[in-house]
Amino acid sequence: MATIVDIFEEKALEVKDFEFTYAGADAPSIKKLDMPIAKNSITALIGPSGCGKTTLLRSFNRIHDLYPGNKYAGEILFKGENILLPKQDLINLRIQIGMIFQKPTAFPMSIFDNVAYGMRLQGIKNKTELQDRVEKALKDAAIFEEVKDRLKQDANGLSGGQQQRLCIARAIAVEPEVLLFDEPTSALDPISTAGIEELVVELKNRVSIIIVTHNMQQAARVSDYTGFMYLGELVELGRTEEMFVTPREKLTEEYITGKFG
Amino acid sequence: MSAIVDKFFFYLTRTIALGILLIVAWIFVELFNNSLDSIQAFGFDFITEDKWAPNLEKFGALPAIYGSVISTFLAMLLAIPLAIGVAIFLSELAPAKLKTPFGVSIELLAAIPSVIYGMWGLFYFVPIIRDAFGGVGISMLTAGIVLSIMILPFIAAVTRDAMNTTPDILKESAYALGGTKWDVIKDIVIPYAKAGIIGSFILALGRAIGETMAVTFVMGNVHRISADLTQPATSIPVTLANEFNEADSGLYYSSLFELSLLLLVISFTIISIAKFYFLRRKRIGA
Repeated sequence: MATIVDIFEEKALEVKDFEFTYAGADAPSIKKLDMPIAKNSITALIGPSGCGKTTLLRSFNRIHDLYPGNKYAGEILFKGENILLPKQDLINLRIQIGMIFQKPTAFPMSIFDNVAYGMRLQGIKNKTELQDRVEKALKDAAIFEEVKDRLKQDANGLSGGQQQRLCIARAIAVEPEVLLFDEPTSALDPISTAGIEELVVELKNRVSIIIVTHNMQQAARVSDYTGFMYLGELVELGRTEEMFVTPREKLTEEYITGKFG
Repeated sequence: MSAIVDKFFFYLTRTIALGILLIVAWIFVELFNNSLDSIQAFGFDFITEDKWAPNLEKFGALPAIYGSVISTFLAMLLAIPLAIGVAIFLSELAPAKLKTPFGVSIELLAAIPSVIYGMWGLFYFVPIIRDAFGGVGISMLTAGIVLSIMILPFIAAVTRDAMNTTPDILKESAYALGGTKWDVIKDIVIPYAKAGIIGSFILALGRAIGETMAVTFVMGNVHRISADLTQPATSIPVTLANEFNEADSGLYYSSLFELSLLLLVISFTIISIAKFYFLRRKRIGA
């Protein structure tokens, strides 16, 4: 049984008895997992490669559904509803739960169109509204000053760090309630990484954040809660400042002190 | 010792590569030499004159150029939308179980020798066109349709390959913003693969414009410019395939060579443009 600290905040998401099995796999990749996710906080997921942290993250917006044959069991509650039910509207879910990927994924279009894309998908056509919201999202993602004179240019001309901030602007432009970060700095240099981390911390006032990272220092720097996963199970969920100093589980201690991983 | 072997292979392969270039140059020089009589006799009029009258020693290439352009244009017009549809299905929509058998079949279609398309066109397709549109059936329209069937699998296969290079993570990003399958195809996959798709059009264009056997059977070799697509017509390769045997004068012979020189220049230009597009293709790391 996992050691799970009490969460004082409201819960943004609640994982209950969750199992995930990839198409064609005999055994589930995530087994009987329970986990609360605090609202307007940053929850980091850490653990060695293959522990299931990315698999869990990708379940929150059901991006796994793009590939046939993947199976969910149990519940993930979002606003009191189990999002794993077949009747769940995936488009509506993904508008509310956004995602940032391991590599910057600027679309093959202009900087402006990249940020406007999610809004246009929702049918927003009003030019002034689009312009205002694109500008606001770019400002919130701390990239507006760098790109304001070249909004019409191809987004692929930006540096990796700028592209990742553009992706964050694109994600927050649709005003989601939860943002999922899948190792968002693994392809970036240290300076860009610091910029992204700062941005993630600022964003938590507006959204609830779950961040998967292979970098324990990053988890310690940015997160409020940290979940340590191992072999498809949650070993421990604790307040970050406590967990890195006094982990309650022996396995957690061994991992964060570098005995394996 | 191994250094000598390396040197030997370097020179051997370089000689072979040079040989290819020499052959291309040789072809060009011979076509040009044999065209000289016709070039001197007609000058620029050769490509603007619409009379091709061997008995009068008058040779104008315009009907053949017109036929090549129109039949190719028809073929592209018919093939492109269908081929894009097939490519979208194979790349984005087909279940994994269907992707391989369908994809392999399309590639096999692209490998059918063109003479077979020509025979099939003449014996089975010409009557259908005759019944449906009137005329004798052997016509510009028939040539365009047979050509389109011939280039369709080619465009579909190359377009599918280009679409398959779209990184999953890019598509996932669009789905993660609430995109539907159709949104992702039109906004992400097609723009990402655009250079490859355009390249496939241009390569298909090059194939269609130079195609000989498939159209020789169904086009009619009539040197007349007609806006009526159900009328017989001719194209540059069709003229070449039909008339070398009958070329009884030096000027006739030379005019045919000038036609082939024209075709070579057109094809070279098209392939160069295609290469330009393919080389410009940039990829986002997957």
